[in-house]
Amino acid sequence: MRYSGLRVLKEALTGHKGWKPAWRDVAPQAHYDYIVIGGGGHGLATAYYLARNHGAKRVAVLEKGWIGGGNVGRNTTIVRSNYLLDGNEPFYEHSLKLWEGLEQDINYNAMISQRGILNLVHSDAQRDAFTRRGNAMILNGADADLLSTETIQKRYPFLNVNNARFPIKGGLAQYRGGTVRHDAVAWGYARAADQLGVDIIQNCEVTGFRIEGGKCLGVETNRGYIKGDKVASCVAGSSGRLMAKASMRLPIESHVLQAFVSEGLKPVLPGVITFGAGHFYCSQSDKGGLVFGGDLDGYNSYAQRGNLPVVEDVCEGAMAIFPMLGRVRLLRMWGGIMDMSMDGSPIIDHTHIESLYFNGGWCYGGFKATPASGWCYAHLLATDTPHEFATAFRFDRFAKGQMIDEKGMGNNPQLH
Amino acid sequence: MIINHPILGPRDSAEFTYMGDAALLDRPDWQAKDALLQFVDYGYLRDNPAGPHIELWYHEQGDRSFLVVTRDTTTHEISSVKLASDVARGRGRSK
Repeated sequence: MRYSGLRVLKEALTGHKGWKPAWRDVAPQAHYDYIVIGGGGHGLATAYYLARNHGAKRVAVLEKGWIGGGNVGRNTTIVRSNYLLDGNEPFYEHSLKLWEGLEQDINYNAMISQRGILNLVHSDAQRDAFTRRGNAMILNGADADLLSTETIQKRYPFLNVNNARFPIKGGLAQYRGGTVRHDAVAWGYARAADQLGVDIIQNCEVTGFRIEGGKCLGVETNRGYIKGDKVASCVAGSSGRLMAKASMRLPIESHVLQAFVSEGLKPVLPGVITFGAGHFYCSQSDKGGLVFGGDLDGYNSYAQRGNLPVVEDVCEGAMAIFPMLGRVRLLRMWGGIMDMSMDGSPIIDHTHIESLYFNGGWCYGGFKATPASGWCYAHLLATDTPHEFATAFRFDRFAKGQMIDEKGMGNNPQLH
Repeated sequence: MIINHPILGPRDSAEFTYMGDAALLDRPDWQAKDALLQFVDYGYLRDNPAGPHIELWYHEQGDRSFLVVTRDTTTHEISSVKLASDVARGRGRSK
């Protein structure tokens, strides 16, 4: 069934009796060409592009819980492509382009809103760094605009540009950045993949891999053994836990990142704004809640909940630039588990085990990467060669000294 | 989280800096034949378990000691805290 305005009208007049489930509820078959482990945004996008771009027929997505119940529903919904390094920027720009065409492609309203993102600058050195970044973005075909304090003050009159410690000295804007309704991304990809014949199997947890003679033959699940010609791990956040079942150690630590939503407000915040002196970023959802976040808690965790010192730190960041938020009440806060890699960049690669592939290490940049991650991972799975935009995301970059370290933090996952 | 410092008693974890898996205490032998491979593993690969995790915390805002803390990564519950110097000496190091 195609979704359209006409369809909504017709259903409204006929008692909404024509709507069908967006995807089939299927039991696992005994054998697939491709098994994608993890039914999050990346896993569903991978399955969709496998079917759409490469004509793959027998594809299964195995999801431990339910579609939309993992990190794809726990992020702060921001999309952007404001990266510096050559290994990253073409990939994220490809992702942003896919976001721009996504709704028409998958026939699903993902509420993509290119309301723009602004990174604030608080010192001369930071302006130099952001100028360089903006130039790198433009060289890679992205848009970037360096703004003066006056322009920022005119466009965002509520910002405190004269903070004694962190005065706002300018900013780097990317107008094509913005926000996307994250649940709709999961549902839209699931529906589109399902329509191309992909089996989406929920409540199916992978409990082990069947590996013989250095080759992965399939996966053991709580719903029985499933044979797979190619097995693709796509469970960022839980990569350590899953790949330990294949006796693999990864260049990844799992960390908890908290996010927050305020009570609903009238429109106050046009676009996404990030604080450059601390770590704080904020946007306003279509429902009116301010969605914001900051640093990791900074220690290994699979608990999906954080601690109070970070809450205080994030709220201090908010007050430093948005004094108007002082009386806004917090509605909800939650924690998500991140695959924090050793250089802050992801991995899309085959493993040393034949037929076993890996996608993970997204740190806290996974959501914006969803379409390109699926696109490039599907390319790798179907052709056994890395996609041109993801050639740098290899496992062996650590041994070879070819890290993609945007922040220059070295092998300290909690600092990326 | 409260970390029960062996010398200073219970302290807020915000006084500490997290330094990662305590396996980092055991630096590979730089003269070994495969030292390069060992150092790649040491520097970049982690066990990253869901459950008890033995890790290093540095008391940066306190007495600057390194602690070896056993903490469950699924509940944040801390079951054991030792001075890293004691742990290393127990393994015959830091004479």
